[in-house]
Amino acid sequence: MARTPDGPPPPVAVQRLRLRYAKRGRLRFSSHRDFQRAFERAIRRAGVPMAYSAGFNPHPKISYAGAAPTGTASEAEYLEIAVVEHCDPDAVRKALDESLPPGLDVLEVVEARGGSLPDRIAVSVWRVELPTVTPTDAQVAVDGFLAADSVPVERVMKDGRRQLDARVPVVSLTVSVSELDGAPIGSGGHPGSSGGPYAILHMVVRHETPSVRPDDVLTGLRQVADLVPPASEARVTRLAQGLLDDDGQVADPLAPDRESVAHPATAPA
Amino acid sequence: MPVESLFPRLETLLTRVQKPIQYVGGELNSTIKDWDTAAVRWCLMYPDAYEVGLPNQGVMILYEVLNEQPDVLAERTYAVWPDLEALMREHHVPQFTVDAHRPVGAFDIFGISFSTELGYTNMLNALDLAGIPLDAAERTDEHPIVLVGGHSAFNPEPIADFIDAAVLGDGEQAVLNITAITRTFKAEGSPGGRDELLLRLAQTGNVYVPRFYDVDYLPDGRIQRVAPNRHGVPYRVSKHTVMDLDEWPYPKQALVPLAETVHERYSVEIFRGCTRGCRFCQAGMITRPVRERSITGIGEMVLQGVKATGYQEVGLLSLSSADHSEIGAIAKGLADTYEGTNTSLSLPSTRVDAFNVELASELSRNGRRSGLTFAPEGGSERMRKVINKMVTEEDLIRTVTTAYAAGWRQVKLYFMCGLPTETDDDVLQIATLASRVIEAGRKATGSKDVRCTVSIGGFVPKPHTPFQWVAQLDHETTDARLKKLRDAIRNDRRYGKAIGMRYHDGRPGIIEGLLSRGDRRVGAVIRQVWQDGGRFDGWSEHFSYDRWVAACDTVFADGLVNLDWYTIREREQHEVLPWDHLDSGLDREWLWEDWLDSQSDVEVEDCRWTPCFDCGVCPSMGTEIQVGPTGRTLLPLTPVQPGQR
Repeated sequence: MARTPDGPPPPVAVQRLRLRYAKRGRLRFSSHRDFQRAFERAIRRAGVPMAYSAGFNPHPKISYAGAAPTGTASEAEYLEIAVVEHCDPDAVRKALDESLPPGLDVLEVVEARGGSLPDRIAVSVWRVELPTVTPTDAQVAVDGFLAADSVPVERVMKDGRRQLDARVPVVSLTVSVSELDGAPIGSGGHPGSSGGPYAILHMVVRHETPSVRPDDVLTGLRQVADLVPPASEARVTRLAQGLLDDDGQVADPLAPDRESVAHPATAPA
Repeated sequence: MPVESLFPRLETLLTRVQKPIQYVGGELNSTIKDWDTAAVRWCLMYPDAYEVGLPNQGVMILYEVLNEQPDVLAERTYAVWPDLEALMREHHVPQFTVDAHRPVGAFDIFGISFSTELGYTNMLNALDLAGIPLDAAERTDEHPIVLVGGHSAFNPEPIADFIDAAVLGDGEQAVLNITAITRTFKAEGSPGGRDELLLRLAQTGNVYVPRFYDVDYLPDGRIQRVAPNRHGVPYRVSKHTVMDLDEWPYPKQALVPLAETVHERYSVEIFRGCTRGCRFCQAGMITRPVRERSITGIGEMVLQGVKATGYQEVGLLSLSSADHSEIGAIAKGLADTYEGTNTSLSLPSTRVDAFNVELASELSRNGRRSGLTFAPEGGSERMRKVINKMVTEEDLIRTVTTAYAAGWRQVKLYFMCGLPTETDDDVLQIATLASRVIEAGRKATGSKDVRCTVSIGGFVPKPHTPFQWVAQLDHETTDARLKKLRDAIRNDRRYGKAIGMRYHDGRPGIIEGLLSRGDRRVGAVIRQVWQDGGRFDGWSEHFSYDRWVAACDTVFADGLVNLDWYTIREREQHEVLPWDHLDSGLDREWLWEDWLDSQSDVEVEDCRWTPCFDCGVCPSMGTEIQVGPTGRTLLPLTPVQPGQR
């Protein structure tokens, strides 16, 4: 006969909180699974009154919005948690941030006011620093990339190679010049390309399936223009996620929750 | 000399390797200290992958004990996987610590903890990557002292050429003693260099320095004698024993990694040592006597540890946890304390008796009851008498009946194959036993939904045990016996489908046997294997038996000794064994008599409950059994409740 847990069912969730967090420095090498484990432990250390699922193996109720790839830094990762007591969002932010290792930083917590968080995320803004590439070389490659209708690239996945079109989801792609001089990174620095200002790419990329990541765009640049920055030397950071508005701006996905705090009378149900 | 972080150079390599998080450090409760102001600097290594090494209790304890000293710095390093190794060699990045990414070669002491001999090639690889000469004799004052500890250090002879020193026994006090000697030596301006420091360590009688001992051989290849070649160095080196576990409540601040590791729990060692007297068990023999942590000490550690880590599971560790004199009260106290907090408790090693089932049920009071593990070790009653595992078939059936009736669905049974005097029939009885277990389970539950898994390991004779003289079973016979057992289980029409069988082939056990009972001549084999690409020998996907055999053939080309000589040869009573000069406290005569007793069905009781049987440890080491009951209680304890900070 199957046993069921004794005692009352777990308390119900009374509040949902949405978090923006960053993955910085050496902890950008954490995978999404690594982050999940660290976050669940941080919740326990911080004493956040989490809602748990029922059963013998209760799980805290956390839903993650798409995570940045391993090795990529991010200033804009999102998740949502459910709690069984009303909490002050900023107190939760502080407690969680203290309980996570430096480099996994909780930047903002807001109370969810309806709507779905994933529905507010459709594009990512990426910054890709290329310390071994000159801005001129990068611009040539970018121009070639943007001029193409489609840039098929291959990515090695767990289950073999896969063909992707790196061009289609790219909404915009620009080059800027670094303020600092580039330094040779590792021992793979290009002669002649170190020392001067280097290229920084900014790109807005739509989330599609299969998803196109910044390294796929770099592969695409290599394909169209022989731009050969070793992918390992690119420093990639996700700056923002959200919906693309009519002006081509990326809307903050937590803004609707924040706005309804400011105007509770008009809060949507 | 300033020591810079290697991280900027490592960083670009990390985007090209699997699971880079294991190399970046930053674990919760990890410590980074100032390099320049530290008087003594330790680099600690567990010579396996991070996922195995990080949770290692030994390294974690030493890391914390050392870093608590204001003028001592300790960092950790682990074996790097071949993908990163290749990049490090290509880009000239040396072996680094995960804490501050400092080069291993810059530390004063490089301490390596061996729980298994199969980590030896990983040590050589780390030394090489660190730029430290493999041969201890070639090291200069610029290089760290390479010091090993852990269970394998009770016979470090196969790695004698590569290490500067070995510590036998409990490490927490020993590392502080070594630190004190090193601190003084450095403060004096390191007079006499490396040799002098090693001499000072050797003179304590607790640190084995292989270079201060000469080994002579007989014409037939056996050892003639091992003797010190320096004045003031003792003939025998003794193990170190910590006497009051409550004074050493470590780890207090267990490391919590970001990466996934093999144990994701906070573990408390509830006692050290075991006197059950299982004759195959090196751990039980070399960690005597039993020293219990008190019930209140355990309670405080659990409370504090869960808070400091956020772990959801607590493990109560020891060689036989149900034997703690107050385990019932501990289990109930912890189960009460953590009721309703989603914190689960576990007892890893289990004894075959009903009390154990009660305990496990108490600990899983409100959790899932999936599987319960017991270790009868021997398939037949006769075999269990030989190994002094005093469990009858009726005990086992009664125990599993209780377990199935209490709601456990799966019972796992551990056995060994290749035990001394074993025949095919002894192993085939594992199948009979498993059938009876299923039969009992179906009767107890009235359901067919019960399972039994038998897990079989190959027996490897170990130093400092009554079986240290025996011939190891050759791997062909081991494999043939396991195949017969598998067929017997498959052909059991009634119960066979409910029985699972897990086993490995016998070949890795032969290499473990070579490394466990080998002498200094085996070092050349280890070096050859490493040169031929041997790494991660504890991993079946990396281990190559053929590589080891080929290396033995090359090194032992003169034919005096060979792989068989080290493994499947029985030693006679008075043969000098490579580890005879290393003192675990066990009386050699007692070990020999116990080996004879095993062949005539004589069982040994446990000295916790019966008079001393003169194994020799307590009088020679100046130790005594420390067991309760104390009569104290675990409470008052208040766990962190949801919402409480």
